[in-house]
Formats: sequence, C-alpha cells, structure tokens
Amino acid sequence: MSPVMVPATDHAPLVVSYDPEAFEVPTGREEEWRFTPLARLAGLHEHPQATSTARIEVSAPSGVTVTDVDVAELEGDASAPPIDRISAIAWAQASTITRVVVPAESQIEDVIDIVVDTPAGVSFGQLRIDIGAFAQAKALIRFTGAGVFAGGIQVHVADQARAAVATVIDPAPTAVNVSRLHVRLGRDASVTSSVISLGGDLVRMNASVEYTAPGGDAEFLGLFFADGGQHHEHRVFVDHSQPHGRSSVTYKGALEGEGTHTVWIGDVLVRANAIGIDTYEVNRNLVLSDGARADSVPNLELETGEVVGAGHASATGRFDDEQMFYLRSRGITEELARVLVVRGFFADILGRTRIPGLAESVMTTIDARLGVSDLVAEVLGDGDDGQS
Amino acid sequence: MSTLEIVDLHASVETDTGDQPILRGVDLTITQGQTHAVMGPNGSGKSTLAYVIAGHPKYRVTQGSITLDGTDVLDMSVDERARAGLFLAMQYPVEIPGVSVSNFLRTSVTAVRGEAPKLRLWLKEMKEAMAALSIDPSFAERSVNEGFSGGEKKRHEILQLELIKPKIAVLDETDSGLDVDALRVVSEGVNRYRESGQTGTLLITHYTRILRYIHPDFVHVFVDGRIVESGGPELATALEDEGYEKFIGAARAGASS
Ligand SMILES: Nc1ncnc2c1ncn2[C@@H]1O[C@H](COP(=O)(O)OP(=O)(O)OP(=O)(O)O)[C@@H](O)[C@H]1O
Ligand SMILES: [Mg+2]
Repeated sequence: MSPVMVPATDHAPLVVSYDPEAFEVPTGREEEWRFTPLARLAGLHEHPQATSTARIEVSAPSGVTVTDVDVAELEGDASAPPIDRISAIAWAQASTITRVVVPAESQIEDVIDIVVDTPAGVSFGQLRIDIGAFAQAKALIRFTGAGVFAGGIQVHVADQARAAVATVIDPAPTAVNVSRLHVRLGRDASVTSSVISLGGDLVRMNASVEYTAPGGDAEFLGLFFADGGQHHEHRVFVDHSQPHGRSSVTYKGALEGEGTHTVWIGDVLVRANAIGIDTYEVNRNLVLSDGARADSVPNLELETGEVVGAGHASATGRFDDEQMFYLRSRGITEELARVLVVRGFFADILGRTRIPGLAESVMTTIDARLGVSDLVAEVLGDGDDGQS
Repeated sequence: MSTLEIVDLHASVETDTGDQPILRGVDLTITQGQTHAVMGPNGSGKSTLAYVIAGHPKYRVTQGSITLDGTDVLDMSVDERARAGLFLAMQYPVEIPGVSVSNFLRTSVTAVRGEAPKLRLWLKEMKEAMAALSIDPSFAERSVNEGFSGGEKKRHEILQLELIKPKIAVLDETDSGLDVDALRVVSEGVNRYRESGQTGTLLITHYTRILRYIHPDFVHVFVDGRIVESGGPELATALEDEGYEKFIGAARAGASS
C-alpha cells in the first residue's frame, strides 16, 4: 500500500488526452509503472516511429461489417480517450481504425475471428468493435508476430446487447505488447471479456469497463501463463458510474522460472451515484517454481455504501512439495503432475469464456510450454477414446 | 512372485535443527500374497518407514537397502517406484485443488499401466470401483481430497489401490478416523484386492481393530524406529491385551545396552 492517501477516485486515470505530450515519460517510480521493467519497452515511451505495420485481419461472419475508418472520426465522445503516454502514441500513430460492426438486433452465431499480426519492428494498431442494441456476438482477437506493438481495442456494447470477447496475446518470445482493452456498456448490456496472455517478452494489458447507463454487467476473466523470465502485467479498471451495474473480475496466473514476473492490479471504483451495484474481483496466482514472482494488488474504492455487494480477494499459492509427492507417488511424472495441477487451476476460467474451442487451444499451448508428451495430451484430453 | 526386501534400514528426517535419525535398522521382507501388520506406538517411526519406501524427499536414508525383486528401490524416483509396483495409502492424503478425482485417477492409471485405458472401459471400471467402496459418483468431479472427510479420504486411497493394482501396498493407518461401517467397507476393499493374490500388503496400524477384518500372516511390533518383535496373528492378540508397554521397556533396554 502507498503511504500517501489521496482522496476519492485515486484509481481513475488522472489525465486523459489524445495528445501524447499531455503525459510525462514515466521514470518508473510512478504507481502505475513501478512494476514494469521500462527498459524492456523498446522505447515506446520516447518518440517511437512505426517501422513496420500491424496487420489486422478480420474473418467476419455474414451480417457483420468491417471497415477502415479515420481515427479522427472516432475521437471525442465516440471513444474512450487514451489514458497514458503509450496509449496516446498508439492512437496518434494509427492513421486508421479497423471497425467491426454487428448491427442492432442481429444474432451472430459464428465467432468473429480477428488476428492482429505484429511483425518485427515497431507497429501500432486500433480496433473497434460495435455490438448494436439487442444484438449478440462473439469475437476472438489473437495477437501474433515478433514485433513491438502498442494499440487499443474498444468494444462498445449497446443497450441490452450481449458480447463475448476473448483477447489472446500469444506472440513470439521477442514480442512486446502494450495494449488497452476498453469496454463501454449500454443499458442492461453485458460482456464477457477474457484476456489471455501466454507469449511475448513483455505484455502489459490494461482492461477497463465503463457503464454509460444503469444495469450493465461485465464479467472480466483473465488467464496468464508466464515462464522463462517473461513479464506479464494485467491491469483492470472497473468504473462503476451508473446504478445497478454488476462486475465480476477473475484473473488467474501461473508462472515459473527465474526472473519471471507477473503483475495484477485490479482497481474497482464505485462512484457516489452507482448505487445498487454488485462487484467482486479476485486474483489467484500459482507459483510453480522458485525465482518467479507474482505481484497482486486489489483496490476497491467505494464512494457509496448503498451497494448490493462489493468485495475482493487475492491469493498467491505455491504448488507445494506435498502435492507433488502425492501425485508422483501415483506414478505420475513430475512434468505431468505440473500439467495436471495447472490444468485444474485454469479450468474454471476456461469454462466461462463463452468462446467455443478456446479452452482446448489455450490448454494445448500451455501443455506444450510445460513440456508435455503426446501421451499426456491423450490422457488429459477427455474427448477421445484413449487409443494409443 | 514379487518381493520387497528391506535390510538394516536407517533413515533421518530433515528438520530445521538438522537431521534427526528415526529409523534405526529395519529388517522386513514382504512377498506377494502375504500380509504383514506393523504395529507400534505413536511416534515410533511407522509413517517414516512408509514414506521412505515411497521416496518422500524429506527423509534421507543413511544406511541399509530396499529392493524390489532385487532392483534397488532407493535409486528410483518417487514416480518410478510407483510404476515399479509400490503403492502407499497415506495416513494424511494431500488435497490437490482443481484436479478432479476422475482426471487424477485416469492419469495415474495410465502412468502405471503404461498406456491410456480406453475411455469407455475406463469409466465403467472407475464407476464400479467407486460403487464397491460406497463412494458417491459425484466424487469423480470433485477436487482430489479437497473437503473430503477423514473417512472419504481413506476410501479414496483404497479406490486408488484397487485401480492401480500394485505389487506391494503399504497402508499407513488406513483404519484411523473411520467409523465401524467405513472400516468394514474399506477393509472389504483391501481384502478384495488381497484375494487377487497379486499383492504383498504392509498394514501399518496403531490399533488391533482393523486386524479383525484384515487378517495378517505376520505381525511386527515397531518401537523406536525398528522391529522389536515378530510373530503370527497371536502377537496382535497379545498386544491388544497387554499394550506396547513391555516392548517399549525392552526396546529401551536393548538400545541402552
Ligand atoms: N517431517 C518431520 N519433521 C520433524 N519430525 C518428524 C517428521 N516426520 C517425522 N518426524 C518425527 O519422527 C518420529 C516418527 O514419526 P512418524 O510419523 O514416523 O511416527 P508414527 O509411528 O507414524 O506415529 P503415529 O502413530 O502418530 O502415526 C516422530 O517423533 C516425529 O515427530
Ligand atoms: Mg504415522
């Protein structure tokens, strides 16, 4: 905890601006930057020029439109403005925004598949998804590539619409990904957002939700797996500014290896007029080996006491020697024991994303990272007939 | 015929204040088809013996040997021992949050058998084994040992025994914490597996109660880290009547001479 107590709304961004120069270059001592290894940000804070181009490819089911629009068109009230220097630079440097629109009242069954490829070099990109009133849609956004990327995703869910959005950050080991995901919810709108970070050298993801009318419902899920010295930082900001909203934030991380560092900061702000809201946030981390470190800081700031519920929890546990002994005493190898425990740990998150097939693909990636053999995949992949 | 042979086994436990010797020369040979009961007072080192056989990393063998059919067990990792046919039903089974019983059992059985059982046959096998131990089917989807009562944990250990089918099974106080009904169900499970004739059983217990259900061929009295007396089932009866007192006295006298 910081010894300095700042009055109300100390968790909302103090400055919002489209101008990068409105934000200082951080020194690393700021509360928002104290966990981030600034030297590994590849100069994103200074005056970065795009040296390559992020490709945003959308496979849109019929009924969904995709256009490129000028960033100027979506400034002002049409978007949430940048909250820090990198998000402002990423906005200023992206000349166009890829805009995906799901028309009002449409029910889109198939997942809108979006790949953001970030080739070597420095690139920027902006994505905007609009889910019209009463519509339902699901989107899967996957970051790939080996480059340094900064960008933003904004998801606007109009009145009574229902969205599921999963963002999978699994670029090459050299990649740097500093992204922002912002969700704006209309009246009685709901979103399930899943942020999953697996790859890259440094990932810093800022996920936020704002409520423009009463009754919005945000389920924010997060899963991160880091090893080999990766830095994965997840920041969540839930801004309850309307009555009768709901938010549920559940992030889980597993990490191993010397120098690996994960950070979770969960800020929930319940403003004075946000009466009758219900919020809960939790972060759980599983440390699989010595030398890896997980930081976890939940912040809940209540400006009204008239809430249905408000709580938070945070726990970091180790996969301990007794658990390992028990599993191994049943013939299970050390490697497989870890897979079993990690799979079990993530199962509830992966069961709630509402994106078909996502759980399997994420677990396959994690299995491979844990060095699992085919036999294991076969035993644990419950669907098959166990032929060998 | 598989044989587990323990010769002059000395072991210590790592504590904050250094190594503390616990086992002080254990000799014991168990052959498939036999049941040996090891009985002794609290703190005499019974669980330590069980853990050392299974390879728990906290214990260090300082002298002696353990072999399974002539192969050095002490040289094997914990999971290698299990795959070689050793099984330990623990006095205090460990909770593993997030790992379902069904996933755990299937992974274990696959590891020990060397190939994954066909899913449909496996589900049938697991359900039948659970039913035989009066374990509710809902346990298959619960996390391993998490929130299980003492008795449920013990049943779950014996369920593993019946599915893993080891050559040598060490049952550490499987009877403790069980009411009479549960004791009967668990004992029946152990007996079912014993009757297959495929296992040598080392039954560790503090009380003679379980020996009314599981009849041992040999009884050993364990005091101060070693076996101080061995005999047939009649030794258990003597212990029931007279307690450990005279053996404790004898062990002390033996140790000081
Ligand atoms: N991990 C440990 N750390 C410290 N001391 C230990 C440890 N394990 C065993 N000991 C000590 O070794 C001795 C033997 O313990 P052990 O658990 O083997 O006895 P036991 O015969 O199984 O007892 P019980 O009948 O209570 O189960 C005891 O004095 C115990 O305190
Ligand atoms: Mg014991």
